[in-house]
Amino acid sequence: MIGQLLKGLRTTFGYIFTQPVTVQYPEVKRPVRERFRGRHELKRFADGKERCIGCSLCAAACPADAILVVPAENTPDHQVSYGERYAATYEINMLRCIFCGYCEDACPTNAIVLEHQYELSFYDRRDSIYTKEMLLVPEDQGHGDAPPILTQLERRPSPPAQIDL
Amino acid sequence: MLKTEELQINIGPQHPSTHGVFRMIVTVDGETITDLKPVFGYLHRNHEQIAEQNTYLQNMPYTDRLDYFNSMANNQAYAMAVEQLVGIEVPERAEYLRVMMVELTRILNHAGALGFLINDMGMWQTQLAFGMREREKILDLFESASGARLMCNYFRFGGVVRDLPPDFIPRLKELLQAMPAFVDELERLLRENEILMQRAEGIGILPRDLALAYSVSGPVLRGSGIPYDVRKAEPYSVYDRFDFDVPVGTVGDVYDRFLVRIEEMRQSRRILQQVIEQLPDAQGGHINPKARQNVRPPVGDVYARIESPKGELGFYLVSDGSGKPYRYKVRAPSFINLTPLGDMCRGYKVADVVVILGSIDIVMGEVDR
Ligand code: SF4
Ligand code: SF4
Repeated sequence: MIGQLLKGLRTTFGYIFTQPVTVQYPEVKRPVRERFRGRHELKRFADGKERCIGCSLCAAACPADAILVVPAENTPDHQVSYGERYAATYEINMLRCIFCGYCEDACPTNAIVLEHQYELSFYDRRDSIYTKEMLLVPEDQGHGDAPPILTQLERRPSPPAQIDL
Repeated sequence: MLKTEELQINIGPQHPSTHGVFRMIVTVDGETITDLKPVFGYLHRNHEQIAEQNTYLQNMPYTDRLDYFNSMANNQAYAMAVEQLVGIEVPERAEYLRVMMVELTRILNHAGALGFLINDMGMWQTQLAFGMREREKILDLFESASGARLMCNYFRFGGVVRDLPPDFIPRLKELLQAMPAFVDELERLLRENEILMQRAEGIGILPRDLALAYSVSGPVLRGSGIPYDVRKAEPYSVYDRFDFDVPVGTVGDVYDRFLVRIEEMRQSRRILQQVIEQLPDAQGGHINPKARQNVRPPVGDVYARIESPKGELGFYLVSDGSGKPYRYKVRAPSFINLTPLGDMCRGYKVADVVVILGSIDIVMGEVDR
């Protein structure tokens, strides 16, 4: 009896001196891996023009029907993206999204990218709709260095998703 | 002699030990169970009907959510079904990557399942924490390869979505190196453990013939002494190239199922080591470049099955020639393994229900779909 107890306690005491494997979230955050699929971002070209051309391919690829794209025509004095159209409305419903990454695969211009932010809680269901203003990277983030997406080309899956509309 | 009266009690659906929202109507005579009726359906998400409205590729992330412990295994079964329906070749490297992922899944599933089983026996969180600690290492590998820890969505028709990151194999080797210590410790702590023996030995016996009659599969079937494993009985993918054993139990009680799972973790490690040795070194061989993802299979039907960690997981697809499945049916091992629960519990004490349920290892996402 005592022997068994000691035998059990040996394991317990052995573990006192090992490093804990847990981290104290939220003070300490575990870094995510390079390929992690988190919150979406809409990227820009280096000159600040939006990459998104409002083609709705991401919405067609989305299994959860989480994306709403309403395109509008570019005009010469209001050129938002390179191309005929841009996304006037771009919304992702984060309650529906299952973070599968198909929108990223489907996008012809690499505009939408799943980034590493994963803390997406909100208090109100209505806050689950992420609008274009929230998703779009700031304008100055396209200038200077190559936009993040160009350095992330390695993150692309090899076969581009082919979508039938 | 005291006159006792039968009493019906309700376990679940909101009960911490039912592994999800699962309800059992238990008829007890004193402490002894005379009847048990499982009630499912609280987590019904209309999986099969949703799948019939999605394209074949769009269903892939949905299969992750069937048995959320083993998303890779679900992906493989579904990908195999569609590949057979369309006739897509899978390159060799991709097959090895698939086997690697599914065997890792098996290890993490069993580590978690044993942890939960011990937790159900009243030995609290220690063992569960051990299991979760090991599981976390594997989930980290999954995250680096697929981009998500649980809902991996890693498989595509004709292969896997991306090749392994460069540091994957070294980290996997490290993990396999450290694994026997964990499994041995698990076994050392529990094999002769007083609590476990009392709660598990001779409890929840599922006899051979009953196991066959209920067509249970996986560790539950093997615990009852039937050496049936789809990997051996009908080798799919590249399983015929590996050398591994199928552990079987003798009595078919909770303890046997427990031992079978421990041994299966060792066997999975053996397979993984052979995978690392034989892995073809063709970069880019992770997917068939000719395989289209928006498949339109010819009219026909197919049933593909794999040995998922919980048992035989099969997908039955009927195609009417369009881009969406006409019929999509999942043979979910958790669901079918759960059906003999009433027979397994009859005659035991009401406190054993929780342990017997834990030893079947169910995931409600798969039972209710
Ligand atoms: S990650 Fe998947 S579910 Fe989420 S918006 Fe993109 S395609 Fe839709
Ligand atoms: S994000 Fe990409 S796929 Fe979606 S509408 Fe814009 S350009 Fe098209």
